[in-house]
Order: sequence, then C-alpha cells, then structure tokens
Amino acid sequence: MSTPRPRPIGLIGATLALLRKDLLIEWRTRARLNAIVFFALATLLMFSFALGPDTRLLEKNAGGYFWLAILFASVLAMGESFRVESENACLDGIRLAPADARAIYLSKALGNALLLIALGIVLLPVMVALYGVKVVTGFVDLGTVLLLGSLALSAPGTVYAAISSNARARDVLLPLLLFPLVIPALLSLAKATSLVLQGDPMNQLGSWLGLLLGFNLIYWGVGFVLFPRIIED
Amino acid sequence: MNKLIKWGLPVVGLGVLAAGWWLGLAWAPPDREMGDVQRIMYVHVPLQWMAMLAMFLNFVAAVAYLVRSNASWKLDSTAESAAEVGLVLGALGMVTGAIWGRPTWGVYWSWDPRLTSEAIMLVTYTGYLVLRRFVEDPDKRATWSAVVAILGAINLPIVWFSVRWWRSLHQVQSSPKTVDPQMVLCLRVSAIGLLLLTIAMLMHRYRIALAERRAEVALPEALPGTGGAASVHDTPKVA
Repeated sequence: MSTPRPRPIGLIGATLALLRKDLLIEWRTRARLNAIVFFALATLLMFSFALGPDTRLLEKNAGGYFWLAILFASVLAMGESFRVESENACLDGIRLAPADARAIYLSKALGNALLLIALGIVLLPVMVALYGVKVVTGFVDLGTVLLLGSLALSAPGTVYAAISSNARARDVLLPLLLFPLVIPALLSLAKATSLVLQGDPMNQLGSWLGLLLGFNLIYWGVGFVLFPRIIED
Repeated sequence: MNKLIKWGLPVVGLGVLAAGWWLGLAWAPPDREMGDVQRIMYVHVPLQWMAMLAMFLNFVAAVAYLVRSNASWKLDSTAESAAEVGLVLGALGMVTGAIWGRPTWGVYWSWDPRLTSEAIMLVTYTGYLVLRRFVEDPDKRATWSAVVAILGAINLPIVWFSVRWWRSLHQVQSSPKTVDPQMVLCLRVSAIGLLLLTIAMLMHRYRIALAERRAEVALPEALPGTGGAASVHDTPKVA
C-alpha cells in the first residue's frame, strides 16, 4: 500500500523510452552504423566497377544505386535490431516491464529509419564524388525523399525482421520476404531521386512522393496493428 | 460420399478440361490477327483465374486466422494449401503467357504492370512457403505466415499501381461481347474444368496439411531441428 505505484506511461512515452534505449546502445557501441556505412560504401563502389568507367551512365542511374545500397545495408541493420533483444531474453523482459507491443514496434521501426537516414546523409557526399551527381532541385526535396524512403523501408522491414530473427536461416529469410514487398517503394524512390538529381521539368516529383507517402501510411498502419501478434507468446 | 468426391472430382475435372481444350484447339475459329497462336488462351487464362482464386483464398484464410480468437489448424492448412496450389498455377500461367508473348509481342517478357505484379506475386508466395518451412513451432508458423500473407497480398495492388506509371503493353481484357461466342464457350468450359481440378488439388493438399499439423501437435518430439518439444507450446489447438 505504501509503495507508490509507478505512473503508467502511455504508448508514446513507452515508444520514446525504448527508442532512447536503442539509440543509447547504438551510440555506445556504434556497431550497426559502422557496419552498414562501410557495407553501403562498398556497394556504391562495386556498382561503378560493375558498370565500367562510363560516368554518364553512373550519373544517370545514381538514384537507383543509392537506394539499392541503402536497401542492402538496411537488411543487415534491421536483422541486427532484433538480434540485440534475443540475447538474454531481453524482448521478454521489455514485454514484462510491461511495454505495449505496439510501442516496441514503433520504437524499433523509428530507430531503424533514423539509422537509414544517417546512412543516407553519409552516402550522399560519396555519391556526389563517385558518380558526379548534382542536387538540382534543392536539398529540401532530397531530404523529403530520404525521410520518406527510410520510413518506407523500415516499416515493413521491422515486421519481417522480428519474424525472421526467430526463424532458422534468418539471413536468407529477411531479404527473401522484404525485397518483393519494397519494390513499389524502391521504384518510386529511384524515380524521385533521379528527378531531384537531374531536374524535374515535367513536375513529376510530387506524384512519386505521394506514392511513397501512401506506401508509408499503409505499412506503418498494418505493421502497427499486426506486430503484437508476431511477438506474442 | 467422401470417396466419390475424392476420385470423382479430379476425373470429372480432367474430362471437362480435356473437352474444353479439344473444343479450343479443333472447333473454335482461329483469331483474325493472331491466328492459331491465340488458342493458348484456353490454357493460359483459366490458369491465371484459378491462381488468383487460390491466392484470394489464402488471403481470406490468413485474415480469418488472425482475426478469430479460437482459430483452428483448419484455417492454417487452408492457407498453406491455397498458397501452394496457387503458386503452381500461377507459375504455369506465367510460362504459357511467355510462350504466347514471344510470337505476339516479339518478346517473352515485358515490364508491364500485370506481368510485373504476377512475377512479384510468385516471389512473394515463394517467400511465404519458405518461411513456413523454416519455422518449427506450428503456432508461430501459422501466425507469422498469416502476417506475411496479408502484407504480401496488400502489396500486389500497390505494385500494380506503381508499375502502371511506367508503361503498359499487356492486352486489355476482352469482354464476352466483343469475342466470338465459340471462343467464349471454349474458354468457359476450360475454366470450369480447371476449377474442378483446382478444388480437387486444394482438398487433397488440405488433407495432407491438416494431418501434418495434427501429427506435429500430437508428437512434438518428432519435429525436426533443434529443441523439439521445448519450442512447442503446451496448449494444442483443437483441430
């Protein structure tokens, strides 16, 4: 009776607390960011070798290569985000705290998106140097694309990472499940980024950003609703 | 009665399908522009229809499994059988479509919305079936694969829509009004035959899946992989 009951924190409070925990772990180890930055850099470099020294070709397709590098790196990052929790049964501990399963989803997905945004910011100057691209329509457009793209990859990716982290052969499973799902996002991201880098005379950028926004709304909504069923026991 | 359906349905289905294909090959007139090449329609179109039907059944079973609180293994087995049968039919439909596309379009493949969506659909459901093989715990397998089925099904209209913004080459669907009535009849007979055959395949695969689930729950130690009994829940569902 005398012990004060802890004030219940709502969905947003729990999400922020979990997100802070994940970011703190990331800041102290920097394990994931280091790994994915160098992986993505290597991927960007490999694209230029695969295509040969034709810089015009590289410049023309830079948007697609940029997002492919981020997509490949995101598979590593998202797979790792649940591996942390499976050690020492951390996920069970969080759920007994008790934390809302939906808060776990939101914090993990937001954390993954933040990581991808950071990766994109690091990759951009490299792409400018390697591929000789110019940001034609401005950094606001580019930032919007990066924000929507990172969110679009992490919303379904977090759901599938939670599933595959508990399955056998998880390293094969996550890309196999995720890649077909993010094709609409990848398509519109490559298009939108190309428009930002090469100019947008036909004013098409808005419709591709709209498609990305819709993709985000659908998968954040579905992930939010379905995620509790995945980690229930 | 059960035995009658088990053996009668595939026999009748094969018979009707053979009749439809014979009509299509020998009786229906050739297409004015495409000639005899068009006759593959009596194989291709029913295959695609039935693949869609099976995938839709998979989606309904997956939603029902997640929504219902006392979901049984029957829904999970329905979802599994529908995905497998649908994948086979869809793959065959894609191959027959490519065979038709070569003489008609000049290429086996084009990046038009319908072809692209179908390719992505096949990859999606391959992933779905792979996931099912990689999860030993039948409870988790059912829940996770239902989530994957729902996400994959939601994705297909988005894919279709996004690729449509690229370009389109696929033939617009013909309506029965613009097509020779003989062709319509052949197509319908073939479709009914394949429908019966699809139902027979679904029922057969469903029986196997349900028997597998029951065996897994009854004898968890027999599960392959690590842990065995440790990874399985103690409360078996009533199947």
